[in-house]
Parts: sequence; structure tokens; C-alpha cells
Amino acid sequence: MGVNHVLPPLDTVGIYQRQQILQILQKTGRGHIGSAFSIMEIVRVLYDEVLTYDPHNPQWDQRDRFVLSKGHGCLALYVQLATKGFFSEEELWRVSADGAMLGGHPEYGRVPGVEASTGSLGHGLPIGVGIALAARLERKDFRTFVLIGDGECNEGTIWEAALSAGKHQLSNLVVILDYNRFQCYSSTFEVLNLEPLADKWQSFGFAVREADGHNLLALSNLFKSLPFTHNKPNLIICHTVKGKGISELENNPAWHHKTRVPTAEMTRLINLLMNENEKNLPQ
Amino acid sequence: MRKTCLNEIYQLAKRDDRVIFIGSDIGTGTLDEFRREIPERFLMEGVSEGYLIGMMTGLAMNGKIPYLNTIATFLTRRCYEQILLDAGLHRQPIRLLGSGGGMVYAPLGPTHTAMEDFAILRAIPRMTVIAPCDAEEMKRLMPQTLEYPDPIYIRLAKGGDPIVSQPDKPCQIGRAIALREGTEVLLVATGITTQIALEAAKILGENSISAGVLHVHTLKPFDSEKLLEMLSLVKVVVSIEEHTLIGGLGSIIAEILAEANFDGPKKFRRLAFPDAFLEEYGSQESSLKRYGVTAENAVATVMILLKGTSGIK
Repeated sequence: MGVNHVLPPLDTVGIYQRQQILQILQKTGRGHIGSAFSIMEIVRVLYDEVLTYDPHNPQWDQRDRFVLSKGHGCLALYVQLATKGFFSEEELWRVSADGAMLGGHPEYGRVPGVEASTGSLGHGLPIGVGIALAARLERKDFRTFVLIGDGECNEGTIWEAALSAGKHQLSNLVVILDYNRFQCYSSTFEVLNLEPLADKWQSFGFAVREADGHNLLALSNLFKSLPFTHNKPNLIICHTVKGKGISELENNPAWHHKTRVPTAEMTRLINLLMNENEKNLPQ
Repeated sequence: MRKTCLNEIYQLAKRDDRVIFIGSDIGTGTLDEFRREIPERFLMEGVSEGYLIGMMTGLAMNGKIPYLNTIATFLTRRCYEQILLDAGLHRQPIRLLGSGGGMVYAPLGPTHTAMEDFAILRAIPRMTVIAPCDAEEMKRLMPQTLEYPDPIYIRLAKGGDPIVSQPDKPCQIGRAIALREGTEVLLVATGITTQIALEAAKILGENSISAGVLHVHTLKPFDSEKLLEMLSLVKVVVSIEEHTLIGGLGSIIAEILAEANFDGPKKFRRLAFPDAFLEEYGSQESSLKRYGVTAENAVATVMILLKGTSGIK
């Protein structure tokens, strides 16, 4: 499977949305920044071009479901949901505060557009399989997308769910694997090697594709070719960069989760974000 | 009781297409008729309880009512976080039917004996925990599980247990049942230990001691009101359960009793299993006997509390 590993630079939206996430960190004092930056383009393309939904009727029963199984990446999801009008952008500036709607992990029933409460790894995919099975039983056309992390693939329930999704031939299920090759402590190769990753999922009964997880066009084209087969669940390995967008953050486990960044330091980082991606900003 | 329970699911599935049966690699031939008649809602899945709770949650979020059956210990301990976060936090109506509750699988050893299921499950917000006393009561409770909004765990006994429930008494999830009135002593029991409580009350009655029996099929939400009403009449209360001393029926009563602040003193004792792993095999009955969860010990305990001596006439 050929993958273009030359990652594209960020466009203006990519820069702006990362700036929003840094501002959330500045205002609220904590956040999984590297994890959010890793999935920004995946989540953005889903909400821009792929998912069917109605922000004014988040419970619409024909909507496509998107489950962020790696719930710690939720800042990326919150930014997209606010952009699409599921809730006011003002909510972004009070994440985890007293009385806030949004927390450090996404919560079902509390946040419009959030399909499952995640944060403990290995829960979102089993729930997603159940949702996809329900759609099949009800003969409904909606699809279920589940975004999982590479570190999350250490969890046994991911593989239990994968076996079952394969058995049930859930072609309405799309699992997106954020393969940035870093987990909390260090690289996935050091902590718990997942390779050969594509072969593993294939052997569990999935139709597997790979993509550059920051290439908007490549992602869009791949999502538009779903389902990959008529009788297998779909798995997309997205090659991503943890902390994508600021060189100091990229592949740097110190930015997996960050707390209390001083204002001057934050200003410097935002400048870095701008400068490093400057050539893409409108002149 | 298990057979009755599973057959009830089949009956419910025939009249309500939201009902789905899920087995976690359980005995061959189970519910074959269900499988033949409604194959799309009969799922025999693998030995992957953690995953199954999540999968059921996803089904329930989309209007289904999934019932899962497997051995109680695997259904409660292994997938505790899934029950708490998936079913509990998402408030989804999944139904967990734990076979071999308590000491039913004592011959198979500590991996299979469910001694702490009440304690761990009742710590989960929104969880409902049920232990019916016999198959007839199971039949009365099962239809109520259709429209109930919260996740439910039902502890199943081995089957063939004597019928002690009373059809004329209303049976409703969350409501304890006074199976016998008494003015001196109250015996409180759950699941199959209600048989033991009734037998003990009978012996006490033959010895001119008036003992009431409160059967608590629903441990959570607990019917404190009924307990307090019956407690107010008596001076002695003894709980009887097939569960560790920690966190089960006796603990619940202790908590309620301690905060009730009755004017007069109430003497209280718990009959339950010690805080220890089982060191012996044997049958359910012999295990209950070994640890004093018997009618004879209940009577002796009441006598000590009442009169300072275990002797009866």
C-alpha cells in the first residue's frame, strides 16, 4: 500500500484551529495538545466533507455517528463541533472550569455531537461496533466512524471488538487509526510495538487502507471511496505526526498532555506556529 | 432459574423487537428455538465480556434492549469498568444475567464463585442489582425489565430451588416484600437465602418467637422505607446472604440502621461469608453450611441476641 509520507504544510484553517487549541490551553491550564494536533485534519475532513449530521438536531437518527475513542484528543473535536455550530465557541474558553459544558474528555449526553463518553481507552470501538450492529438490524443507512489511537491498540478490548466486527462483516463501520507512533511515555516501538499493523487488522477481517493523516485531499478521496468492500469493516491507518504544526511539539512526548504554560511562552509558541507555517498564510 | 430467565427473554423477544439475546460462548443448545425463530436477534459472541458490555451499550443507544448471559463472575469482575463507564455513565438499558450466583459453582473453585457481585455493582451509580428468590419471582420480574431505563444485573441461582415467593404479593423492581410479619425479630434476606430466612422464622415461631421475613430481591435501589417500617416493630434484626460480609445486604442494612437513630436499641448481626478466598470445594449447600449461612445458625443467632443464649426449646 503506497503512502505519501511527505506531510503537507498546514493551511490557514489548520493553523487557526491549532491556535484555538493553544488558546484553550492558555485559558484553562491543561490539555492533550499533541494528541489533538495529531488528529486535526482527520476530524476536520470528516465534519467538512464526509459525515452527515445536523448541528441543530444532534440526535437526528439518520446521522452518521463519529466516536472519538481516543477521548483525550477531544480538543480537536470540540473545535470542529464549535465551528459547525453544535455549540457556541465561547464554550471552548471554559473547558473543565466550574459549570463548564466541555470537560477534559468528551461526554455523551452532555455535549451536543458527542456520541460516546470516552477517556478510558478501549471503550469507543466496542460501543461503535454496537452502534453499527444496531444500524444493520434496523436497516438504516447511517455509518459509524470510530477514531482510535495507536497507544489505544494496546487495549485488549480493541482486538475483541475487531474480531467481532470482522465476524459481523460490518461494512458500515469505519475505524480510523491515528498512527503517530507515539504514546504517553515514548514511541510505540519502545513501549509496545504494533507492527505489522496493517497485516494485523487485515487478519482480523478488515479492509485496510493507509493515508497521510494531514493531507486533506488524500483523506477526503479515501473517505469518499468508502466502503472499501461490501462485506468487511473498514480500517484506515492514518500516518500522522503527534503535535503536528509546531516543530518543538512534534514527536515530543512532553506535549502529550500539557499544563500551565506561562503567557510569554504561549505567545512564543503561537508565533512559532505562525512563522513555521507562514508561507501558507494569505499575504 | 436460569432456564426460566432465558425462556422469559425469548418470550419478551417474540413480542418486542427491541429485545436482543447475547450469549458469551455459553452452553451449546441454549435457546435453540430462539435462534431458529429470530436468528438476527440471537447473537452468540466470543468470550470477550469487556467488549460485549460496550457493544451492548452501542446497541442500547440505538433503541435496542440487549440481554447478556454468562457466568456471574466473568460478567461482574472482568468487565467492571465497562459496566460502570459504558452502561452506567451512558445510562443505557442493558441487562446482565449472571449464572451461578453466590456459591452455585463452589465445586469449580474461587474463579467461579460470585461472592462480591452485590458489593461491587451497587457502587455503580444508576445500577440496579437484583437477586430473585425463585423461578416464579423471576417470571414476575422479567417483564418489568423491558421498560426500565437503567442497566440491570440479575443474579441467577442454580435452578430447582424451592418456590417460596408468594404470587399474591406485589412484585416490583425496587420494592422489598414482607413474606412474613413478626413483632420481635426481623430476618432480612435476598436471593435463595430467603428460603433460609423463612425456615428460620418458622422454627422461631414454633418456639413462640415472632419473626418477620423481609425478602429483598432488589438490592439497589434499596427499599429503605419498607426496611425501616419493619425494623421499627422489632428489637432484633439478622441479615442472611450468600455474599461476602463486605458491601452486601448486611452492609446496606448496617448503613441504614446506623443512620435511622431509633429511640430504642436494635440488636443486629450479619450472616454472610467471611472476607476470604474459599479454601474448600463442595456443594453450594455444604459451603453455606460451612460458613453458617443456615436456618439453624440464624435461629441460634437470634436467640443469642434476644436472650444471650443460643439454646431453643
